[in-house]
Amino acid sequence: MSTEALTLTDVTVDLGRQRILDGIRLDVAPGSFTCLLGPSGCGKTTLLRAIAGFTPLRGGEIRLGSRTLTHLPPEKRETAMVFQSYALWPHMSVAENLGYPLKLRGVARAERARKVAKTLERLELAGFEERAVTELSGGQRQRIALGRALIIDPPLLLLDEPLSNLDAAIRRSLRSELRRLQKSLGITTIMVTHDQEEALQMADQIVLMRSGKMVQVAAPQALYEQPADLGAARFLGVDNTVTRHAQDPVVASQAVTFGFRTRDARINEPVRPAALTRKGRVIECVYTGDGYHVSIDTVDAELFATSATSVAPGTFAVLQVPESALIPFGPDDRHLPPLDRHEDIA
Amino acid sequence: MMTSRWLTRLGLGAALGLMAFIVFGPLLNLAMWAFAEQWFYPNRLPTGWGFAFWERVFRPRAGAWTSLFNTVLVACSAVLLSMALAIPAGYALARQALPGRSVIMLVFLLPQAFPNLPIFVNIAAIFYQWGLNGTLVGVVLVHSLPGLVYAVWIATAAFSAVDRSLEEAARNLGASPLRSFFDVTLPQALPGLLAASIFVFLDSIDEFTGTFFVGAPEITTLPLLMFNASMGGNYQVAAITALILLIPSVGFMLVIERFLKADVLSRVGR
Repeated sequence: MSTEALTLTDVTVDLGRQRILDGIRLDVAPGSFTCLLGPSGCGKTTLLRAIAGFTPLRGGEIRLGSRTLTHLPPEKRETAMVFQSYALWPHMSVAENLGYPLKLRGVARAERARKVAKTLERLELAGFEERAVTELSGGQRQRIALGRALIIDPPLLLLDEPLSNLDAAIRRSLRSELRRLQKSLGITTIMVTHDQEEALQMADQIVLMRSGKMVQVAAPQALYEQPADLGAARFLGVDNTVTRHAQDPVVASQAVTFGFRTRDARINEPVRPAALTRKGRVIECVYTGDGYHVSIDTVDAELFATSATSVAPGTFAVLQVPESALIPFGPDDRHLPPLDRHEDIA
Repeated sequence: MMTSRWLTRLGLGAALGLMAFIVFGPLLNLAMWAFAEQWFYPNRLPTGWGFAFWERVFRPRAGAWTSLFNTVLVACSAVLLSMALAIPAGYALARQALPGRSVIMLVFLLPQAFPNLPIFVNIAAIFYQWGLNGTLVGVVLVHSLPGLVYAVWIATAAFSAVDRSLEEAARNLGASPLRSFFDVTLPQALPGLLAASIFVFLDSIDEFTGTFFVGAPEITTLPLLMFNASMGGNYQVAAITALILLIPSVGFMLVIERFLKADVLSRVGR
């Protein structure tokens, strides 16, 4: 089966009287990798389960290629899902787990064994057929679960936090492995994650969600540099917000608030032109390995910056942020488009 | 030093011996009665040993074989009937968001909460109208009543313990609800369901009251045979029947040992 596009139109899900998903509209290009990103409880897993058919819709439509999935039971949707717990069947061997989807489709025993062996080879687990799944390590289980989902060549792959139960080191190596595999198969993929770093590294398109709504749909770089609003910015690691002062760089004429990331703010360096500066008293200075993390009490708020050298708490310091690292927000906390800035100069 | 250690050992030995006597004493007495041909009051031990009573019990017309057959047949049928009802009921109670789920669970406990004599007397009255008195079907039904309580409760626990995502994974990969139940849910719940069957079986093997009211005198099971023998002062026959009763019980225990290691059994209440 070839890879297919997924279209969600006004997808709405209610649980009891509570609205879990509210009017989700999303286009996923064939062969692309989309991440559903958001804090826990934002509805991202519910959306994935709705696509797989485990959560009934209140309204809206789900289309995969030319088929409408909305009213199909899960087993008719051909949306292969990898569960957060992997959901490998403990009473079956590795080969039985991998071969089960083929068995359901009436594939003969010999052909099944051949496909299972081929899949295990591709997952670099050749010869694992007769192992019990309970003997496998977390990373191996994760790969078997992925192999089981992919063995039927599904048109759509759904991943529910597939890496969250693994050690940090395995997680990093599996990220690129998973992405390479997805690219080589060219399979349309949707992954749920609460880890912004994971989403930024892996996705072609990120859907940022908050309390059942889509906040922003963008490519990783666009999302990182131009978060839609202050809430999105905070979720994407913009730790600092300051109210705009008269002497601050212009950036956007309507800007009321500026956001910036801690790593872009420096302490006690020669002030460059067109930089935002704030003075304040150092509260704390913590060593982080590649420098110091400094918190400063300014008139506005407590701000965070990085420094190459240690700064004594209690002393006064000058914090500066280059104009290019400032993210401007309007009076309604919405991000101001960079267009605004060009108009300003013109 | 030395003496105190000896005293501790002696005390421990005495305690263990006492416990062994409490547990095994009656059983030993039973075993002696089974092989005693003569045992009258002042004697501590039987004065004559032999197999004469065994021959009497197993004479073709004495009814022990029929009772044994009835007992096992009724127990197996009660297991089948209880499980046939408990598997769907347990699955529904574990999985479906039924209104009043706890009330339903309590209703299943009700027959156990009442003194069972009035219940069996009433059942006997009803079965009499339906012509079920004195039939194997009637006895199986009466044995399934307490059996269902164990079966439904344990089956519900067993199904609740099955991770839902395991079923969802099967559905997701193309299995119909029924297929995913038989391929994934049932094998996962099997240890618990086996444990439930064992409870029903053992409960039925030595069920007396219900059989007495509904089955007697047409249907005789081993407990009834034993009761008749004891009431007739025939302790040898009673003891031999009791030993025969041990056979299916011990057999079933061995099956548990074989299929259900302790770690599997411990998952029942999970």
